[in-house]
Amino acid sequence: MSNFTAEDKAAITSLWAKVNVEDAGGETLGRLLVVYPWTQRFFDSFGSLSSPSAIMGNPKVKAHGVKVLTSLGEAIKNLDDLKGTFGQLSELHCDKLHVDPENFRLLGNVLVCVLARNFGKEFTPQVQAVFQKVVAGVATAMAHKYH
Amino acid sequence: MSLTKTERTIIVSMWAKISTQADTIGTETLERLFLSYPQTKTYFPHFDLHPGSAQLRAHGSKVVAAVGDAAKSIDNIGAALSKLSELHAYILRVDPVNFKLLSHCLLVTLAARFPADFTAEAHAAWDKFLSVVSSVLTEKYR
Repeated sequence: MSNFTAEDKAAITSLWAKVNVEDAGGETLGRLLVVYPWTQRFFDSFGSLSSPSAIMGNPKVKAHGVKVLTSLGEAIKNLDDLKGTFGQLSELHCDKLHVDPENFRLLGNVLVCVLARNFGKEFTPQVQAVFQKVVAGVATAMAHKYH
Repeated sequence: MSLTKTERTIIVSMWAKISTQADTIGTETLERLFLSYPQTKTYFPHFDLHPGSAQLRAHGSKVVAAVGDAAKSIDNIGAALSKLSELHAYILRVDPVNFKLLSHCLLVTLAARFPADFTAEAHAAWDKFLSVVSSVLTEKYR
């Protein structure tokens, strides 16, 4: 489905190299939980999620967000085989975690907003379009093993 | 789904800042929409969609002006956008899925231009506000 040209890959890797995964991870997962509060259903064990500041400051949210973005960083090195890269994670999210794949789409779009905020003008419409392809590809790959 | 007092305050105060760049925000939002979601161009076969085109600028202005109207009448968005709602239902008939795409591109534009203001709370308020606007615009579809 997602075919990445050499140009696409260059744009993606160049921007991603500047991403601070520590900060962006917590920011992205935190915003998912703030903007779409029903996503909190998966994180009962995370402690206080009672307000935007509680969520954004929650260390478990941050740690998990870093995990997620680190995984995405790996995927970026394997854009031609996202389904292969995410096969096991897909099974895990279906069989053990029971996460509706719609959540992957939501998270992807929140990430795009975080990148826009961090990079401003540099996150041009062209760069956004390429990243939309990435997050769509990842969401599809994450849903691929669902049954 | 209705906006809380806090959410309304966030929208209205941000709108005051945004309105000074309304035209370019509109143009940029549409540019992002057409590049990320090329299928949305099917609603504009009659337009020159090259970046910088006069039609794109004019249409972008229109779209953001309407968002502004909603912000200015945030306590009664239904009334403020009633005519637009009819236009979309009977004439334009844009498939409802596209309102989410446009809303997302507007959020991205705001995030890029107003990073300090686009806090997690503001992000939530704007996503919800645009969702309300989208509902109003599609409420007469059937």
